[in-house]
Amino acid sequence: MSQTPLTPDRTPARPGPSRRNVLAGLGALGAAVTLAACTGGSPTSSTGGGGATYAGGKVDLAFWNGFTGGDGPVMQDLVDRFNAAHETITVKMTTMEWADFHAKLPAALTSGQGPHVAIQHLDSLPTSAARGLLLPLDDVADELGITADDFIRTVWDAGIYGGARYGIPLDVHPLGFFFNTAVLAGAGLDPAAPPMARAEYEAALDTLLGRGVAGHWMSPHTFTGGQTLQSLIWQFGGDLFDAEGATAAWARDEGVEALSWMVDAVHKGWSARDVGQDADLIALQNGQAAFNWNGIWSINTLDQIGGLEWDVRRLPRIGSVDAAWAGSHNFVLTKQRGTSDDQLEAARTFINWVSQQSAAWAVGGQVPARLSARDSAEFAALAPQSAIAEQAEDLRFVPSIPGIGDAVGELYTALNEAVLLTKDPATALADAAARADKVLADNRDRYGA
Amino acid sequence: MTAPPRRPLRRPLRRGAWWTPYAFLAPFLAIFGTFVVFPAVRGLWMSLHDWDFLMPSKPFVGLGNYADLFDPASVVFERFWDGMSATGTFVLASVPVLVSLPLLLAMALNRRFPGRTFLRAVVFLPYVLGVAVVGVLFRFVLDPNLGILNHLLQATGLDPVPWLTAQPWAWVSLVGVTVWWTLGFNMIIYLAGLQDVPAELYDAAKVDGASARQRFRHVTLPGLRPVLAFVLTMTVLASANMFGQADLMTSGGPGTSTKTALMVILETGLGQYKMGAAAAMGYLLSIGLGIVSVVNFVALRERGPRRRARRAS
Repeated sequence: MSQTPLTPDRTPARPGPSRRNVLAGLGALGAAVTLAACTGGSPTSSTGGGGATYAGGKVDLAFWNGFTGGDGPVMQDLVDRFNAAHETITVKMTTMEWADFHAKLPAALTSGQGPHVAIQHLDSLPTSAARGLLLPLDDVADELGITADDFIRTVWDAGIYGGARYGIPLDVHPLGFFFNTAVLAGAGLDPAAPPMARAEYEAALDTLLGRGVAGHWMSPHTFTGGQTLQSLIWQFGGDLFDAEGATAAWARDEGVEALSWMVDAVHKGWSARDVGQDADLIALQNGQAAFNWNGIWSINTLDQIGGLEWDVRRLPRIGSVDAAWAGSHNFVLTKQRGTSDDQLEAARTFINWVSQQSAAWAVGGQVPARLSARDSAEFAALAPQSAIAEQAEDLRFVPSIPGIGDAVGELYTALNEAVLLTKDPATALADAAARADKVLADNRDRYGA
Repeated sequence: MTAPPRRPLRRPLRRGAWWTPYAFLAPFLAIFGTFVVFPAVRGLWMSLHDWDFLMPSKPFVGLGNYADLFDPASVVFERFWDGMSATGTFVLASVPVLVSLPLLLAMALNRRFPGRTFLRAVVFLPYVLGVAVVGVLFRFVLDPNLGILNHLLQATGLDPVPWLTAQPWAWVSLVGVTVWWTLGFNMIIYLAGLQDVPAELYDAAKVDGASARQRFRHVTLPGLRPVLAFVLTMTVLASANMFGQADLMTSGGPGTSTKTALMVILETGLGQYKMGAAAAMGYLLSIGLGIVSVVNFVALRERGPRRRARRAS
């Protein structure tokens, strides 16, 4: 599938795009291509009050996102509350898989059938901005009074492209360290004090192995092996790309060390071999594994399983520094033919209103983007979320470069080859880096970055 | 004027205006033109450009997108040919089974016995499922650690098999699932074909003392020749367009070994927004399939009278 940075919000049993979805997407693409030739003036206005209040006429707004997991109903609830509070604005929310979302959005916008407001991941924001899908939101940021001080620097900076702000950060969603407390207790380990450093972690895995439990299943798939590998590369002191984002840096020693640790876990029996998609999380639910590094969005998934005893912490430190992969959802305003000024103003009002409901949104299994919201008592009451949020200072993100997802996809291929033991880690990473370098060079030409 | 010369002796057969046939064809042509001809021509045009329909500039690159597909130094070269070789592998592995097994089943289910219709329905049933259902279902059935198949293998004392995460098992699984899923369609075509073979030929062959094998070789197969050509062509095309099974069950893994050409094209065109390059890949694949289809039809076409005459002599 698409190598666009995908889907942190999916449920474990993600059905991929069906043939019908693909056909629908292609159909929409065809229509869009037909219409592309006659696309004329799109609204480019970024004037207005920044959405503090709305005084225009009655309007309908379309709002698209990929919240297919436990976060979907929470967002729908926020939308309903917004609609109730604003008589003249009706927001209609449409949820689809992120992969479909990224494929459909451009075509839908070009044909005038797309959303007025949408959610984008941090790492796809610059791609969308470069491709002219979005409108600047500087005025909304001004009106909201949000400043860099209230956000993680990377998240704040990622919303800026070509000198204008295109995204209002809604949340960050880091990787967390989930564990099955019943399995830990059964192996004589203390579920209240899970291993948080390399030596303890490996000792715990040995203990579990002694009980016949492969403690930490290494997923060879993007979800969530890809995020695990990225976190480990950062923990060992490496990085995904060089400082300019011009070449892949994951094939250096730190990257090899990180991937080797995952592969060694398979060799040593700490992990099962041939782990299937989502099998790592299912094994945790079944009590076949003790540990799983998974996205914070899994909180709601695990909560819904009756009788499952689990807990979550920040990621343990396997390398030399603390680090954890994270993504971020951002509100964007789309550029679309036929959007009225009233709709633009209403969309700003909607973004403004929802972005102030950070704590309510955290219920959906997310960490609020704002530091002030993370410090609130309401957020502290959400135990799993705030446990994961403890690592807020150590979160790392895929760099914001147009088309970066195409390059990161190559890392996932290396992960798959190495963890399935078809290539040794160093070779797999070097091959992937060589491919990614070509992709990066190619993207620089396309996006003129 | 270019009116045809009068033929005084015979009234022309044509009744109605010259445009009558075109009027009858118009509804079809409108749909065919809109959804086949126009996109095809447009795709050809796209493949000559560095095309992203949202970017303001769509520079004309001539045959550059095609040249890239043959240039080992380009970004797309390795991905595309890996995809083509995966597609080729799947075609070679699945088509022989999908052509032969349904034929055997069709012959078995062409006999008269109680429960025949029920069994036909059972064999055909999986075909009505969507690829999403089949893909997700078998992802769980075949999961190497949690799947029921490995559970059953272990219960009978056999070693578990990495059905989806190691080669050649990933191909075995994809071919197996595809056969289970689409077997019924080819079988129905064969059944229809078998019912068209005149019963007298079998009777005559029996009278001449032909064995069951000889009847199959000299009556059934020649009688099915046009059906066989159709089934073979359609099966090759369907297998070459394999997408959903690999996308859902293996995600193209392990590594990129089961990432088919169609997955690469989708990823390039709609994932990386390189629609020109994707269109060029699509055209190259189509040309390849066109050639294979022509070869199929030529190889299986009705033999001309010359050869029959020679055999008779």
